[in-house]
Amino acid sequence: MFFTYLRRELRRRRKAALVVASGLALGIALVIVVTSVSSGMGKAQDKVLQSLYGLGTDMTVTKAAAPAASSSERPRFQFDAREDGDDSEQSSDRVMVQGFQTLAASTVAKVSAQKGVQGAVGGLSLQVLKVSGQFTRGQFQQDGTGGQQGGPGGNGGSGAPQGEVQGGGANFDVNSYSVYGTDVTEPALGPLTSSKITSGRTFRTTETAARVAVADSAYAKEKKLKVGSTVTVKGVKYTVIGVATADSGDAAANLYLPLKQAQTLADAADKVTTIYVQATDSKKIDTVKSAIQKNVSGTTVTTSADLADTVSGSLSTASSLATSVGRWLSIAVLVAAFLVAGLLTSAAVSRRVREFGTLKALGWKSGRVTRQVVGEAMVNGLLGGALGIALGLAGAYAVTAVSPTLQAQLGGGSGGDGGPGGGPGGGFAGPGRQAAAKTLDVALTAPVSVTTVAVAVGLAVAGGLIAGAFGGWRASRLRPADALRRVE
Amino acid sequence: MYELRGVTKRYTRGKETVHALDGVDLTIADGDRLVIQGPTGGGKSTLLQMLGGLDRPTSGEVVLDGTDLARLSETRLTTVRSENIGFVFQSFNLIPTLTAQENVETALVPLGVKVRERRERAAEALRSVGLGERLGHLPSEMSGGQQQRVAIARALVKQPKVLLADEPTGNLDEGMRDEIMDVLDTLWKERGLTFIMVTHDSAIARKAPRLATIRKGRLTLTEKAAP
Ligand SMILES: Nc1ncnc2c1ncn2[C@@H]1O[C@H](COP(=O)(O)OP(=O)(O)OP(=O)(O)O)[C@@H](O)[C@H]1O
Ligand SMILES: [Mg+2]
Repeated sequence: MFFTYLRRELRRRRKAALVVASGLALGIALVIVVTSVSSGMGKAQDKVLQSLYGLGTDMTVTKAAAPAASSSERPRFQFDAREDGDDSEQSSDRVMVQGFQTLAASTVAKVSAQKGVQGAVGGLSLQVLKVSGQFTRGQFQQDGTGGQQGGPGGNGGSGAPQGEVQGGGANFDVNSYSVYGTDVTEPALGPLTSSKITSGRTFRTTETAARVAVADSAYAKEKKLKVGSTVTVKGVKYTVIGVATADSGDAAANLYLPLKQAQTLADAADKVTTIYVQATDSKKIDTVKSAIQKNVSGTTVTTSADLADTVSGSLSTASSLATSVGRWLSIAVLVAAFLVAGLLTSAAVSRRVREFGTLKALGWKSGRVTRQVVGEAMVNGLLGGALGIALGLAGAYAVTAVSPTLQAQLGGGSGGDGGPGGGPGGGFAGPGRQAAAKTLDVALTAPVSVTTVAVAVGLAVAGGLIAGAFGGWRASRLRPADALRRVE
Repeated sequence: MYELRGVTKRYTRGKETVHALDGVDLTIADGDRLVIQGPTGGGKSTLLQMLGGLDRPTSGEVVLDGTDLARLSETRLTTVRSENIGFVFQSFNLIPTLTAQENVETALVPLGVKVRERRERAAEALRSVGLGERLGHLPSEMSGGQQQRVAIARALVKQPKVLLADEPTGNLDEGMRDEIMDVLDTLWKERGLTFIMVTHDSAIARKAPRLATIRKGRLTLTEKAAP
């Protein structure tokens, strides 16, 4: 009888059932969309962080920010100006350590010796400025006005009294690219892990001193590099053995070299800029961080959480919106839906006072009547759940299909290499950070996890139970004498 | 066999107290047919509730076959109702979403009758009230008289000892009224039921050999010699 009665009720009172169900559906759909969008935001943020870190890195160690590097470190180019008419090209590479701050390679061992550290690997980020072009000497003229001034940056004129240098000039390109020296003996950690080798191969663990390079796909395309091509950095020729494509579309560096090679190029023997650290337990990152900071002096430790704090732009706005407004909104809608479902169910019982009174008069136990009411409410809840899941999946799918672009700014926009107190912004001078602030475009997706669906089903059941509790409580209080009530 | 002694029912609403029943003494033998009449608000329905175990009196005893219904727990009372008492209401009180047959089956549900037997007995009961062709009809698809017959089938399908009817013809026109009275009287005679009926219909009351009149909660019994 239970099922017959249930089926008949739901079929004949479809509208009432639909009202309750669609209220719940709305709440559940909202929860699904908000949860999925939030997780999409999380994924987008992970992606942004990963592009800096590589996979599996829990934190990085860099040299503690010190007062600005001495000016003598500034790049300086020297070119000999040629005679007029000599149009041969000159070029010069200036290799700089990114951020001008290095740690001794021995720090890597110190860091990896810390408790809770699973692995640590050092890397050297370099910035190469290539200046190439023609430089002509100016002609000294005793009298005369006008004429071209010495080209900027060129050693054009040696100023002489009462006269001007004329006709001297320079015509050159400045080309800047980033190089990352990777520890080839530790291929599992570091920024290169966030790229896939799309042609050729990656470094062999034995290639510590080999003159080989892996190029980032975007850079390779721009410079028409292929596996087998050669690139020259500061006069040293490297063979391209592979092309890597960054997972997030944003590579850590343009060119990857074995660490030793990078150190030689930058005259930074046994130096690293960044140490990538993996913790044994991702839950104990903070403990590991403080251990490193305490035991390895002169370092700044940046965890992905620290870094995430520096992510700003529409991604972080949307993300905080999703976690605050979205969460509260869906909780509010859900609570409202539960309440409305409960009240509607209770009201439906009130309208059926005589019906339930009659059943009690016929000898139906109170529990049986209550069970019937709860059963109906449960079905309404499940119906709402099914509707809500369908609606939520459609919503999440729509978000993924549209995949709105969000911007993520890293480094909180603190200009320049942060001075003391620059915090993670300045301290995190990882590869790929050309400027203190960096903007990435990330497409937002809304992946629906099985857990989310399970939660939705749980909510549907909860909604049904709450509605059933309201209605059931009302039904259980009906008296058999209510069968004789006149009012409908 | 009913024995009512000093049955009093008071309803309190705020400061006002209504004496719906005021010291009613009444004995009804098995197989009796008792008609209850009286002015509106006199306490007829209240008395029927006491007899049917739908409610308990404020004081007094309602003894049915040696059991005082006034002292039974709600669970036991529910069992008594499901086994021994059939109800017929003025407004039929059918479940609107269930078919005629399913409505009749609801009376067998608390008795734990198996589905197949339940269906057969329900169909049989409907045939006995002349509705053998209407098993699958919904109440909304039937006339008032037919609905009341479904209700009668529902009251009698479990073969109770007692049939209680509260103005069973109150919502019916004259033709239907006689028809329903015929059905009820026939069943009463055939099955040896104790049949207690509240009615406003003076024609029915006049014909009744045993007539109880309730005014302001007080009952007076009139017995006529069998015609
Ligand atoms: N649940 C209740 N709460 C309060 N008062 C009630 C309740 N049920 C009945 N009464 C009162 O008890 C008195 C008797 O009511 P009852 O329904 O028994 O009258 P009745 O004779 O059946 O009337 P009618 O012919 O109109 O059906 C009335 O005054 C009624 O208002
Ligand atoms: Mg009445």
